Amino acid sequence: MFRGWLQRRGPGPAAYALLFLLSGAAAWGAPSNSIVYQTPSTFDPHSGPALMIHHLSLFVIQITGAIFIVVASLLAYVVVRYRQRDPQDDSEPPQIYGSTQIELAWTVIPILIVLVLFLTTARILFAIQDQKMPPTALDVDVVGHQFWWEFHYGKSGFTTANELHVPLSTEQSQMITSLNLLSADVDHSFWVPALFGKIDLIPNKVNHMWFNPDKAGMFVGQCAQFCGVEHAKMLLRVYVQTPDDFASWVKNQQQPAVQDPAAAEGRQIFESQACVSCHVIRGTSANGKFGPDLTHFKSRDTLASGAADNTPANLKLWIKDPDYVKPGSLMPAMQLSDDQIDKVVAYLDTLK
Amino acid sequence: MADSTLPIGSAVDLTPPGQVYGTWLDQVQDWVVTVDHKKIGIMYMVYALIFLLVGGLEALLLRVQLAVPHNDFLSPEVFNRLFTMHGTTMVFLMGMPLIIGFANYLVPLMVGARDMAFPRMNAFSFWMTALGGLMLYYSFIGGVGLQGAGSAPDVTWWAYAPLTERAFSRGHSTDYWALSLIVSGFGTIGAAVNIIATTLCMRCKGMTLFRMPLLVWLYLVVSGMILVTISPLTAAQIMLVIDRYLGGHFFDSQAGGAPIVWMHFFWVFGHPEVYVLVLPAFAIANEVIPVFSRKAIFGYPAMVAASAGIGLISLSVWAHHMFTVGMTSAQNAFFVLSTGLVGVPTGIKIFNWIATMWGGKIRFATPMLFCTAFIAQFLFAGLTGIMLSTAPWNWQLHNSYFVVAHFHYVLVGAIVFCFLGGFYYWYPKMTGKMLDERMGKWSFWLFVIGFHMTFDFMHIPGLLGMPRSIYTYEPGRGWDTWNMIVSIGAMVQAVGILIFAYNLVYSYFKGPDAGPDPWDAWTLEWATTSPPPAYNFASEPVVASRRPLWDLKHPEDPDSRYE
Amino acid sequence: MSTSTIPLAHGVAHEDWSQPYHGTVAMLALIVAETAIFSIFVVAYIYYIGKSISGPQPRQVLELPIFNTVCLLSSSFTIWIAERALKKSSMGAFRLWWAITVVLGAIFLVGTGLEWKKLIYQDGLTISTNLFGTTFYSLVGLHASHVIVGLTMLLIVLIFSLAGKIKKEHSRQLEVLSLYWHFVDAVWVVVFTVVYIIGR
Repeated sequence: MFRGWLQRRGPGPAAYALLFLLSGAAAWGAPSNSIVYQTPSTFDPHSGPALMIHHLSLFVIQITGAIFIVVASLLAYVVVRYRQRDPQDDSEPPQIYGSTQIELAWTVIPILIVLVLFLTTARILFAIQDQKMPPTALDVDVVGHQFWWEFHYGKSGFTTANELHVPLSTEQSQMITSLNLLSADVDHSFWVPALFGKIDLIPNKVNHMWFNPDKAGMFVGQCAQFCGVEHAKMLLRVYVQTPDDFASWVKNQQQPAVQDPAAAEGRQIFESQACVSCHVIRGTSANGKFGPDLTHFKSRDTLASGAADNTPANLKLWIKDPDYVKPGSLMPAMQLSDDQIDKVVAYLDTLK
Repeated sequence: MADSTLPIGSAVDLTPPGQVYGTWLDQVQDWVVTVDHKKIGIMYMVYALIFLLVGGLEALLLRVQLAVPHNDFLSPEVFNRLFTMHGTTMVFLMGMPLIIGFANYLVPLMVGARDMAFPRMNAFSFWMTALGGLMLYYSFIGGVGLQGAGSAPDVTWWAYAPLTERAFSRGHSTDYWALSLIVSGFGTIGAAVNIIATTLCMRCKGMTLFRMPLLVWLYLVVSGMILVTISPLTAAQIMLVIDRYLGGHFFDSQAGGAPIVWMHFFWVFGHPEVYVLVLPAFAIANEVIPVFSRKAIFGYPAMVAASAGIGLISLSVWAHHMFTVGMTSAQNAFFVLSTGLVGVPTGIKIFNWIATMWGGKIRFATPMLFCTAFIAQFLFAGLTGIMLSTAPWNWQLHNSYFVVAHFHYVLVGAIVFCFLGGFYYWYPKMTGKMLDERMGKWSFWLFVIGFHMTFDFMHIPGLLGMPRSIYTYEPGRGWDTWNMIVSIGAMVQAVGILIFAYNLVYSYFKGPDAGPDPWDAWTLEWATTSPPPAYNFASEPVVASRRPLWDLKHPEDPDSRYE
Repeated sequence: MSTSTIPLAHGVAHEDWSQPYHGTVAMLALIVAETAIFSIFVVAYIYYIGKSISGPQPRQVLELPIFNTVCLLSSSFTIWIAERALKKSSMGAFRLWWAITVVLGAIFLVGTGLEWKKLIYQDGLTISTNLFGTTFYSLVGLHASHVIVGLTMLLIVLIFSLAGKIKKEHSRQLEVLSLYWHFVDAVWVVVFTVVYIIGR
């Protein structure tokens, strides 16, 4: 069903040279099962839509590159050939006011080029945007908040935040992830360059994007529409997992929160403080919708939407003074004592 | 080089305008109450140059912050204010006054008129624009915002709702943004009305519309565009103020309002606005390139048609700024086509300029250096624009540093370059002194090198996934080196601009006398003294072709024979 | 370089060199700009038709302002008559028809004011009630503010003419003013159609 997007002939050697120059060695990476794609290069596509866009971009670069070379060469020629040689020479060159044939030619040819570009673009545009979603697609609702991402896996019955896990798609078993994008406050934009072009999250509007990642690994991205003070720190991670890994991740996320008796004190503090008015921890009394779901907080690699690695030390800093980690974030400083914070950190550390 | 004033019509007053100045206060009052288009034009230009330096300083601060990842030179609040102000300043307080200033100075002279059609409204328009700018900058010290005093707007220059609604933008910063631009917008519309009336009603005898200099044609198109472009912004800002102060719901998603309405209204303004800014750059190129190539412009009628075509088509392309908001595929496709089509007349102009230079005897004085660099840079900018017009690829490039690089390529590489060329070309006319050529060449080369260091390499982080409007970025994403190069280039550009600014002041006092026609040019402004007397021409000129001075200098081969 | 002193005078027959009156051109340009502003408010109005989540709906509270409309649109006719009278130098007729124009415009404004009074106090519709309220008051209010400006100018001219200062030579300038007045009336046709016919 999706083989169509491989129709276009491969990019020429010049394009690969350009690619190499531009994408930096980091983007290539060795073939492996689980790599971190640390450079979000648009020239390193890893899903159907991204690949289609990539091919379009190479086509456009070739055409515009050719135009540039032709016209710039003419300009360079003119600058050299027709400069005034003798500064004393006051005579005027022959005055030429125009030429209908030449002007007609350089009107018609650009129009034709524009039409070719348009038709190619339109074909890919419709192919991506109007793609029908198969019933087997993984449906995830993405809700943008200031300054974090909410991922709601409706069919599986759980919600998580900031790190999106999706299944790998292979030739044998195509797995499409279908995203419905909404916003809880202002405009945001979901951008993971390796996987697809960005799509905005706009209040009162549901947008849609799909992708089928072809390599397992972790892909980085971030919010791409200015949404306030901490727009720069609204980072994004997409973990593409093999079907087995993905299934076990889902199973884990579906469980209610881990009840570790060793961390009971911390849990008590959490439940008695205002934390519960913003956060959900399924299986406890915490049921707030304003902040990220913390049920499986420790299963995530970062906190504060990528602002810091998810370590106890960082978590302690975050709870004590969020403004230090992410100045202007909407999480208030909780005014807990150091001892209380340590216990809460220990509790949150158990929420795998 | 012609060294005497050419009489057109009848004897021209050769007395230099050596008025007896009164006290310093008298001189200030003279400028404050003036309705002389030349003085008003110069005030617009000085205003623009001041804000060029201010906006440039803001840019330098931004680039210091972005030179390395996770930098803490600026806090996110300050960074967001600075980049909002940088954009707003450069577009509204530098770009618009600059183009209107040149129009004010040159249009009446080029059509052989004594002044603009409405001199008092002309002054009023300037002061409204000036007031708007002062209001905007007052925000740095006035009012208290959410983060304390210093509530300059921090919502980006396109100020998307609902971020600008009361709920998300507390304090007054957004109000400064909206109100100051509404005020200066009235000034801009007034200037546009004036230019249209002058062009259509005040031409000297014999100057039919198709004998006007191309600069005048382009300003006619620009003024028409301003009428239908600034108005949507004013309307949208009024709606925003109604939302913020009268409890309106235009962009209030809680009440069913749609943020996308703001986006459409803003870009219906925003896209034609950039053509409003760039067409005057074309106007300058249309005057400078022929004179320094010693040839008439190639294809005058086509240039007129192309200018009008650009003006018209540019009104239909706005949603190419919105490819990612979730419009239908058919809507997206329409804007791909219209954006591609607007590139056709633009390309035609580039070809016409090269054809003008073809077969000429090109003299590379500083104005021509800037305009030649402009052609190459505008070509490149236009092509990255075509890249951005292909919607699926736009989904990757939108809101990334690729876009920032593209539009700076146009705004700086095309517009600022042409206007710098324009300054070097018309400064002798305005002041009677030549700008220092050596400093001119230094400022050119430094600026060009700095420009390319910054904006060529800026495309790369965009292609590697770096979004815009971020106060810092993550290390290890392949963006670090490029950002450092970009920042260094900004410093180099700053030096070039400072040399230019110094040149302006130095040459005013120490520059050699220019005479009425230092460049051996062909349009009417060179037929009077430098600077022109208050009344411009002692008697109304009479013309018979597009290049009246060419006809006078070459009576054996006048243009009028060929038109 | 040639320093010819022969004045250039061949080419166009300069006796019939004429260009339009700059006042008219400027007013037309202003009308273009104002049309653009009104268009944006009209588009917003149309976009939000039927999208109010709560509060009074147009059908419930809006009555067709027939009388007001007739007054305003006939004022376009009366101002035209006044202009014609001025061109024939019949100052009495001019003053009469100009005064009638002012009165008709004032009736329109008063009518709008009464309509708003009813909407605010009886129906509870303000600019902040819902999307209908916001877009209605913005659009109709923008139009009304333009009527106020126009009426003020008309009044000033009326006062001058009563003092005997208006002459036949001023007809070009008054034509410019009446162009503005016709524009205001034309905008009302659009607003009336969009708000009271399409939107209800």
